[in-house]
Amino acid sequence: MAILIDKNTRVMTQGMTGKVGQFHTTNSKAYANGAECFVAGVTPGKAGQSFEGIPIYNSVKDAKEQTGATVSVIYVPPPYAAAAIDEAVEADLDLVICITEGIPVHDMLKTRYKMQGKRTVLIGPNCPGLITPDEIKIGIMPGHIHKKGRIGVVSRSGTLTYEAVGQLSALGLGQSSCVGIGGDPINGLKHIDVLRLFNDDPETDAVIMVGEIGGSDEEECARWIKGNMRKPVVGFIAGITAPPGKRMGHAGAIISGGQGGADDKLAVMEECGIHITRNPAEMGRVMRALIS
Amino acid sequence: MKIHEYQGKEILRQFGVPTPRGIACFTVDEAVAAAQELGGAVWVVKAQIHAGGRGKGGGVKVAKSLDQVSEYAGQILGMQLVTHQTGAEGQKVRRLLIEEGAAIVKEYYVAMVVDRAKQRVVLMASSEGGMDIEEVAAHTPEKIHKIWIDPAAGLTDAESDQVSLKIGIPEAALAEARATLQGLYRAFVEKDAMLAEINPLVLTADQNIRALDAKFNFDSNALYRRPEVVAYRDLDEEDPAEVEASKFDLSYISLDGDIGCLVNGAGLAMATMDIIKLFGGSPANFLDVGGGATKEKVTEAFKLMLKNPKLKAILVNIFGGIMRCDVIAEGVVAAAREVHLSVPLVVRLEGTNVDLGKKILAESGLPIISGSDMADAAQKVVAAAKGK
Repeated sequence: MAILIDKNTRVMTQGMTGKVGQFHTTNSKAYANGAECFVAGVTPGKAGQSFEGIPIYNSVKDAKEQTGATVSVIYVPPPYAAAAIDEAVEADLDLVICITEGIPVHDMLKTRYKMQGKRTVLIGPNCPGLITPDEIKIGIMPGHIHKKGRIGVVSRSGTLTYEAVGQLSALGLGQSSCVGIGGDPINGLKHIDVLRLFNDDPETDAVIMVGEIGGSDEEECARWIKGNMRKPVVGFIAGITAPPGKRMGHAGAIISGGQGGADDKLAVMEECGIHITRNPAEMGRVMRALIS
Repeated sequence: MKIHEYQGKEILRQFGVPTPRGIACFTVDEAVAAAQELGGAVWVVKAQIHAGGRGKGGGVKVAKSLDQVSEYAGQILGMQLVTHQTGAEGQKVRRLLIEEGAAIVKEYYVAMVVDRAKQRVVLMASSEGGMDIEEVAAHTPEKIHKIWIDPAAGLTDAESDQVSLKIGIPEAALAEARATLQGLYRAFVEKDAMLAEINPLVLTADQNIRALDAKFNFDSNALYRRPEVVAYRDLDEEDPAEVEASKFDLSYISLDGDIGCLVNGAGLAMATMDIIKLFGGSPANFLDVGGGATKEKVTEAFKLMLKNPKLKAILVNIFGGIMRCDVIAEGVVAAAREVHLSVPLVVRLEGTNVDLGKKILAESGLPIISGSDMADAAQKVVAAAKGK
């Protein structure tokens, strides 16, 4: 089933009545099996209404009970987004994908603390979402650039993921699943978690891992890959030219206290057997050379 | 968002952290009056800029008479203070902090940051106060003690005392150290800080603990609920281009190269800078126009880049997802006309409505160089910047 989601996944949208939520729910519904997959919306106080035939409920709990949806996607504005994640976790959903950019870090610290010991998996926030091509798209990525296949893609960035996917598709290499884990410093699934899933997925043959400056998740993932990964991995890190101490667009993309520089990450990744490239236009070609 | 030391100390005082008495000043006369008001025989004249390393750059001086206060204030106010964090051109000093002197027996280091891997606030403390903590971390990491704070319990008395003893704070000063560390933690959480650092925290001759410095950095995503923090913003300390960009919701950072970049998405924007460098060029800026760029935003982005006198060429790199390439193309054409573009422009479009976008550029009659992919576009813009 590729990883995390497939055509049998049932999804609710938190924040479906906002402009952003409506736009992307419409697009996601129109992609592949979307019409069967997107079964509910959640907006407090709007139960009984519907959007494009999708019924709206007052709470995540109600939406889950009424429709059987076990996955949610969040387009709620930043001041309320962490509370929306909390609600989904309380309702024991399997997976929550938070697209919202700009959630205060201290809100996410509290939310992650409350998630300890809970079964819900979080992707994001500040991410494009995830897609299993020709089956289901949950998020804001352009569906048409994807092609069904056997390469996994995981990335902290949105458009740079599209770049990697576009290169693969142009070379005839399809994707099993593409996961955007988001550009915030405090988030849910990290590179290492997604790599574990791809490693165990019989429909994935190889992985492109796209990282960026800030934090040490890529290094941690690389060390895990060295000891455990049975499939080839191509890696790129954005921000070789980024100056220290500056937040490069993403809240998490900052070199601070001498930590999180791109060269250091690339060195560890190379040492751990990842096929790195310093040229973002070559991600697809490096992959093709590896697997053909 | 960063603030000045004297503002940081105002916050610390609100949370019960003991600090020396001090007064912020804008002129030499104010500085002398402040020293008189504070009384005593020793004052510290401290330059207020956002960068660290002020002491080494000559921005902090100890005065032993009012004449010296006047002399030092005169020297420091208006100087271009150069530190390891300002770059070679330095930062102009416009504000001073006049503070009562302290009889320092021992210096410590304490700080709080968000630990991304552990997803907790971490308290870091060291006996090596006054030093550059990155040096301590590199050479004697065993001298840095860390406590990951449980958000439900906060920083407990036991944790505070434990770390205080480890860094050598005497028993007699433990209570004041507790007020300091717990106050720092509450300030960190309640003001949405990303970094809070007291370096040095000192022990005085009469066994008191004082925060001699205060450095804060706040989460810009939380400023909407911290108007009191926003009120501390000092635009003189920020890059004018970055301030201008923020008005249009553009994410812009000045760099020292000569190739302007206009990109959608932070990761792709960084990768675009990287590939320019890879092909021998040098990026003039980071610029993410975001997912919902309009013609107006693109025009403002061009104006910003063109304000840079070093600019020799511009690369527009767009992977259209939500953003349609035809919309971007119209924006680029309108902007190029409006600003009377004087440098070569290379455009690479990919994604949603790419063919329509390319058609709009081709039919505009403007001398736009088209890049077929990221590498082709980067090579073309590097050549154009070199006049080839």
